[in-house]
Amino acid sequence: MNEKATIIVHSGDYDKVYSALIIGNGALAMGMDVSMYFTFFGLERLKKGKLDKGKLSRMHLLGLGKAMIRKKMKKINVRSLDGLLSDFVELGGKILACDMTMEIMGIKKKDLREDVITDYCSVGTYVKEAKESTMTLFI
Amino acid sequence: MSSKVVNTITVDCLGETCPIPLVETRKAVRKASPGDIIEVIGDHESSKKEIPMAVEALGLELLSIVEKDDHWIIKIKIPEK
Repeated sequence: MNEKATIIVHSGDYDKVYSALIIGNGALAMGMDVSMYFTFFGLERLKKGKLDKGKLSRMHLLGLGKAMIRKKMKKINVRSLDGLLSDFVELGGKILACDMTMEIMGIKKKDLREDVITDYCSVGTYVKEAKESTMTLFI
Repeated sequence: MSSKVVNTITVDCLGETCPIPLVETRKAVRKASPGDIIEVIGDHESSKKEIPMAVEALGLELLSIVEKDDHWIIKIKIPEK
């Protein structure tokens, strides 16, 4: 059986969502099974068209910092968040949406990227998977 | 007896950065058949070290790592069942 990684995506910040998806893809590439749990502000990023709409966690500067980072990323050919999410799903990664966050924030399934979401769940599913994991991260 | 066909699959990662060389290598491995050879070409420095780590983690066979002036070529074999 493959080793397992579980990643909680709590932040909706642009750079942190990048980190989460890069680590998720990296773990899949190294042969692990990976589940990413999107909760609170992270879940906002799974709304249709919102994946790359987060602010920078630091130096956002009303969007100027983010624009500069994006320009630099484009120059060195960093894959887009949409591309990384597609890669993650293609490599068999699981995307889980927190249903309590959906209730708190009034998010409906139809608002979310249902095409990539594997399942809707709460903390019990995470804890069960985290117990079986050799790597678990809170981002 | 039929002769076995060995496919060589080329993964071009020139100009790609983290984590794409790893990700594209993994995609190729998933699509390959036992006995196939995967040839990854890239110029991202860390991936030259990390693709072999993934090869080991996935239980594949590392055939060679060739370094050229401005790029590297890693050959991987998918084990026969």
